[in-house]
Amino acid sequence: MGDFISRGFSGRRRPPQEVERRLPPGQHLEAGFPVLTAGPTPQVPTAGWTLTVDGAVGRTRSWSWEQFQALPFEDVPCDIHCVTKWSKLGTRFRGVSLDTLLAAAEPRGSHLLARCHGGYTTNLPLADVTGGRAWIATEHEGEPLSPDHGGPARLLVPHLYFWKSAKWIAGLRVLDGDEPGFWESNGYHMRGDPWREERYWND
Amino acid sequence: MERLTPAPRPGRWQIGTVTRIVQETPRVKSFRIALPEWTPHLPGQHYDVRLTAPDGYRAQRSYSVASSPLDEGAIELTVDRLDDGEVSGYLHDVLVVGDRIELRGPFAAFFVWRGETPALLLGGGSGVVPLMAMLRHKRRALPDAEMRLLYSVRSPEEAIYRDELGAETLLTYSRAAPPGWRGATGRLDAALLAAAAIDPARGTVFACGSHGFAEHAARLALDAGFAPERIRTERFGPTG
Repeated sequence: MGDFISRGFSGRRRPPQEVERRLPPGQHLEAGFPVLTAGPTPQVPTAGWTLTVDGAVGRTRSWSWEQFQALPFEDVPCDIHCVTKWSKLGTRFRGVSLDTLLAAAEPRGSHLLARCHGGYTTNLPLADVTGGRAWIATEHEGEPLSPDHGGPARLLVPHLYFWKSAKWIAGLRVLDGDEPGFWESNGYHMRGDPWREERYWND
Repeated sequence: MERLTPAPRPGRWQIGTVTRIVQETPRVKSFRIALPEWTPHLPGQHYDVRLTAPDGYRAQRSYSVASSPLDEGAIELTVDRLDDGEVSGYLHDVLVVGDRIELRGPFAAFFVWRGETPALLLGGGSGVVPLMAMLRHKRRALPDAEMRLLYSVRSPEEAIYRDELGAETLLTYSRAAPPGWRGATGRLDAALLAAAAIDPARGTVFACGSHGFAEHAARLALDAGFAPERIRTERFGPTG
């Protein structure tokens, strides 16, 4: 397929070079922040909210909203890439590193299943969520995360397609092996690296 | 039933040929595309379309399939022309019958109809496209299945598939109705959901449209008594 040319297509929307080099293959620039959700938006109050790390761990850990607020927060400037082809560049979240949360629970497994209010799940190798590459975010552009975008708290793994950054996060389960989550069971790639264009099962 | 539940086997990139173009509304066209490596899709699935310029620059977008998987060898994509749409603008302004186009699919296996009945389809604007695939397939594969479509458009110029909506459909004009219209007007609401008469205890809801529409429709379905796990939504991000 490498030599197919679309008759009459010139690519007049070509982004400037500094933007183009930050766009993974098949992505285009989006200025807004579109919402994609497979069902109704869950309303998750911070009263009674907990984040649990369990599964193959040395000890199960759980934080209330107040306890979570006392953890060390970091600013996370990043580019995000949605598998539906849009990318948003230079956006900023604030959250707690998964390094902090996982270290407290002493993980013994190889993978993670993120579990969410509303029933959504997604799977990630531990290697993708450690070493300063994943956070539980509670703010976006200086504001509390809105319910549309996963508030009060979502997973943030900006180097993978954004369906991995699970909204309305409730817990992280450490697993001994990889196990498909919601979209991974419905046709999408197990890992989802946008730079390798790992969108679907057979990519 | 087997034709309702084909195993999703997403294909590779392939070159299809445009065999028919229908102007559905002033800004919506349907493209019938013959595929050399056709795979039966599930109603609700999408294809990715990829455009390549002579210097290698590429643009990709996803479009829902509008046709039934009983149309062997071809798919129909219905495309809304976005004001600044790089790909939708090309499809509308450049593509003609006989042209070749690169695409692959079918993809995604959640917002799909596998024969669940009863089914309540809630469509806003061009969100009706994957729902029309479901309705068309129901008519051919399971004509007696209980399926209703509630379709909300702002004005007559936005009503896609108008001659094909049929007895299963309740259409509402949210801003401007055509002269002499005696049907529903205004936003989708609880009364229209009730008029569709799909039992919330047994039914499955498919809501598709803008984020605002999908959120509103899902909320109405929740209020009507459908459990959250029986409400599937698909929201149009900006595609272009």
